[in-house]
Amino acid sequence: MSSRLLTVSPSPHVHSSESTQKIMYRVVYAMIPALAWSVFVFGWDALRVTLIAVAACIAIEYLIQKYLLKVSPTVSDGSALITGILLAFNVPANLPWWIIIIGAIAAMGIGKLSFGGIGNNVFNPALVGRVFLLISFPVHMTSWPVNHQAGIDAITAATPLGLLKEGIKNGTPISDIAGLPHLNDMLLGNIGGSLGEISAILLIFGGIYMLWKKVITWQVPVSIILTVAIISGIFWMINPEVYVNPAYHLLTGGLMLGAVFMATDMVTSPMTGKAQVIYGIGIGIITISIRMFGAYPEGISFAILIMNAVTPLLNYYIKPKRFGGK
Amino acid sequence: MSIIVIYTIVTLSLIGATAAIILYFVAQKFKVFEDPRIDEVEGALPGANCGGCGFAGCRAFAEACVKASDLGDLNCPVGGNDTMASVATTLGLEAVKKDPRVAFIRCNGTCDNRPKTSSFDGASTCSIASSVYSGETDCQFGCLGYGDCVDACDFDAIDLRAEMGVPLILDDKCVACGACVDACPKNLIELRKKMPKDRKIVVACRNTDKGGVARKACSVACIGCGKCEKVCAFDAITIENNLAFIDSDKCKLCRKCAPVCPTNSILELNFPPRKVKPEPELETKEN
Amino acid sequence: MLKTFKLGGVHPPENKLSKNQKIETLALPKSVFIPVAMHIGAPATPLVKKGDKVKVGQVIAQSSSFVSTNIHSSVSGTVKKVDFSADSSGYPKQGIFIDVEGDEWMDEIDRTTDLVKEISVDGAEIVKRIQDAGIVGLGGATFPTHVKLVPPKGMKAELLLINGVECEPYLTADHRLMLEKADEIMVGIQLLMKAMNVDKAVIGIENNKPDAIQLLKEKCKTCPGVSVVALKVQYPQGGEKQLINAVTGREVPSGALPIAVGAVVSNVGTAFAVYEAIQKNKPLFERVVTVTGKGVLKPSNFLVRIGTPTSELVEAAGGLPDDTGKIISGGPMMGKAIPSLDVPVTKGTSGILLMREEESKRKEVLNCIRCSRCTSVCPMGLEPYLLMTLGEKQIFDRAEQERVMDCIECGSCSYTCPSNRPLLDYIRFGKGKVGAIIRSRKK
Repeated sequence: MSSRLLTVSPSPHVHSSESTQKIMYRVVYAMIPALAWSVFVFGWDALRVTLIAVAACIAIEYLIQKYLLKVSPTVSDGSALITGILLAFNVPANLPWWIIIIGAIAAMGIGKLSFGGIGNNVFNPALVGRVFLLISFPVHMTSWPVNHQAGIDAITAATPLGLLKEGIKNGTPISDIAGLPHLNDMLLGNIGGSLGEISAILLIFGGIYMLWKKVITWQVPVSIILTVAIISGIFWMINPEVYVNPAYHLLTGGLMLGAVFMATDMVTSPMTGKAQVIYGIGIGIITISIRMFGAYPEGISFAILIMNAVTPLLNYYIKPKRFGGK
Repeated sequence: MSIIVIYTIVTLSLIGATAAIILYFVAQKFKVFEDPRIDEVEGALPGANCGGCGFAGCRAFAEACVKASDLGDLNCPVGGNDTMASVATTLGLEAVKKDPRVAFIRCNGTCDNRPKTSSFDGASTCSIASSVYSGETDCQFGCLGYGDCVDACDFDAIDLRAEMGVPLILDDKCVACGACVDACPKNLIELRKKMPKDRKIVVACRNTDKGGVARKACSVACIGCGKCEKVCAFDAITIENNLAFIDSDKCKLCRKCAPVCPTNSILELNFPPRKVKPEPELETKEN
Repeated sequence: MLKTFKLGGVHPPENKLSKNQKIETLALPKSVFIPVAMHIGAPATPLVKKGDKVKVGQVIAQSSSFVSTNIHSSVSGTVKKVDFSADSSGYPKQGIFIDVEGDEWMDEIDRTTDLVKEISVDGAEIVKRIQDAGIVGLGGATFPTHVKLVPPKGMKAELLLINGVECEPYLTADHRLMLEKADEIMVGIQLLMKAMNVDKAVIGIENNKPDAIQLLKEKCKTCPGVSVVALKVQYPQGGEKQLINAVTGREVPSGALPIAVGAVVSNVGTAFAVYEAIQKNKPLFERVVTVTGKGVLKPSNFLVRIGTPTSELVEAAGGLPDDTGKIISGGPMMGKAIPSLDVPVTKGTSGILLMREEESKRKEVLNCIRCSRCTSVCPMGLEPYLLMTLGEKQIFDRAEQERVMDCIECGSCSYTCPSNRPLLDYIRFGKGKVGAIIRSRKK
């Protein structure tokens, strides 16, 4: 035998080809259609915002890990890339560069690395960044650029949800609110809004790809969407002049983005299917409550963050089905 | 407007007063009597909560001291005789003096002395490695070098350097709490009597294989030849299962045994160098 | 829709390189080392001493308690010594060294290859002869077979399950045995059924062995009560509890034995050994071992005498490849890595797997990303990520609550973890500690 030493290790001696990096990159691939659409709609601004956000997230993670925490940087695993893209997806395409960088610092520094980096964060880092920006820079965060594709008579600076919220505050019946887009436009993405949230259909495609690649499970998105649809449907049937058609709720704002890409984040969502359904229902209820009765037009970011905080509790109390009963 | 302020103040004061009354009665009802001496004794203890005394933390030890009628079986190895003396005065009992001890790893199978014959690739803790197999070398008794003892030590008294392969106990930091003794899956660590100037004469080996086998696995293995036993004038050395052991309570540090050892498995630590020829291990093991 | 067990499971690449290689009889080694503890339970007591002449099939170590078994000489020759030698774990185990001289068998052993179908003994006699012949579960668990056949008081076996699953990648020993010794296995199954006094037996075979399924289905036509169930390929289907679940849908309760749901599981290799022991008077001293690996010149299935050093098997399969990084006794999922080639073949050795250097090192361990893949693949419905943390932090009381003792150590969690975390290492550690705590509590 050669002089090389034999390796001895505990079983198992083989490993699947799965890796963290592969999972992360599959999420990135799933986001590409929606990103491409937003570039098409908002022009190069969308790309600018995305690139700044990605570069900032990666750089901040690298710098903090290398110089502050003094650990070997984990930027190559792709999770900072996802956070960057998601952060960009959650902001208007005309956001100034410095606000994006502040958002990235909040996302990576507060949202992720202060908990110990990948896997240890309680809250979805991109959402921490987004909510931080939303509260700090409300004007910038809610001034939406004009959607070039929607034509001149379409919305200019307000999202469908914003219009609805305005209508509710002023007591205007739904049928009188001007400028509400057509459902087809919302499905395809001919509406205003944050960079990545406009095209529901492309987000759903991304979600189907991730389901196929087993990056996400069906429980979280389906339970969020169903909960929102059912609750808003009940209210709509009670009074369609005050409460809008459920399709609006499903197709506008960040609901699809949140349900498919943000709430399904592995790190911050529960482990078992049953717990994931409860988590999804929780997100749905909180989202629709904020949208209908809260001060903000959109509530999914808050809803996901709140349910993120509940995740450890769900993991503690809801156990998978054990083999051999109790 | 002022009426609102007054109402607020009055309501809040009433709520506060009610809560205070409830709290008072609850506190009375659930009051637990604790011997005040427990606090005093605990104050005298080092507060390391290392478990070296055999109790779950300093508080538990303090309770045991207060209950005990005699401090003979109780000892805080971290605080040593001074602490026990002050505990004794607090409780009005007599302190029993105990020899201070220090931990020692009875293996000198460093990378140079003990060649590797396989390489372990798994969760790098000694407990897991030892449950998989005997270790990376041919010596099944020796140190695995993954540092379970280092993790167990609350006092930073164990230093594991990768190039050494065997951890080193820093005598000035070791308080002989015994955490490492329990952590070592190979039972290599012994608490020995602390000698003046941290001097020690020890058999740094636990190999009970037959001489030839032991020697082949490690160049500084004890082969159980018995030469040291013969030369010892104080009956401090015993040979059992091909392995010599020096009882630190009997050893008088005469240094007669070390030169006769054919494999240099007896270490003399912290002595001035011998005039004739210094031991090669002296440099590697010295603090 | 093929049957399988209901929770978890993985499907590693099968790599059954040696599945078309006929079983060859390995040449006799020059010397053997036969450990006295090749089974679960008390080690056997050696009966021979240095210088004794022994014949093939002679009892050389006597079973010392009920959960224990006899050890027979696998060769004829002179006992060199009764001593300790490092086993696969590197720790010394007692065993008998024999220098081989010729090949002289005990007279009562029927060495012909004729099929003996007639069952001439009663159930109790079968159990006794199985015990005498030193038969243990040959799937790898090495639990003495006679103990399994006698149900504890108040329990009754209804069903005999024959494990022809061979869910471990690479291994083909059982597969070849089913193809080449189908008739003998069928008789062995009938013997086991008679010993247990049951009238139903099911052979579970994974669907990646269609030839074996077909052949045994054919044979079943003439054996009343015996049937074959084709199972979906899914690891760890060969686990006792998983196989019972896959075939019958029943779940063995936590902490209980399969007999609690009326089933007894035996390997096809065991059934064959039972046939030989009863019909041919031949105790268990040889078994089929797969020698395989991606770098192996000639992946093979050998009929090997117990105690043969691993090096002989490797030599017969074309020699040790230069780039060998790891040698595994057993399959890649549950087998044990061995530190040297001197380790002997024991009753539980189902395969020798040589892994290449690049396959043998683990990948870098990263943070847990809570993807919950480990939870979803765990066939016992446990939460490996949690059990690992509890093991690492030594929180054993909580680990017990989280049912660490249910873990069957199949390795699906470590296999599937995208962050390459050593889940099973820590779970096994925790399991060991919790087991010790439970035992000390009972005392």
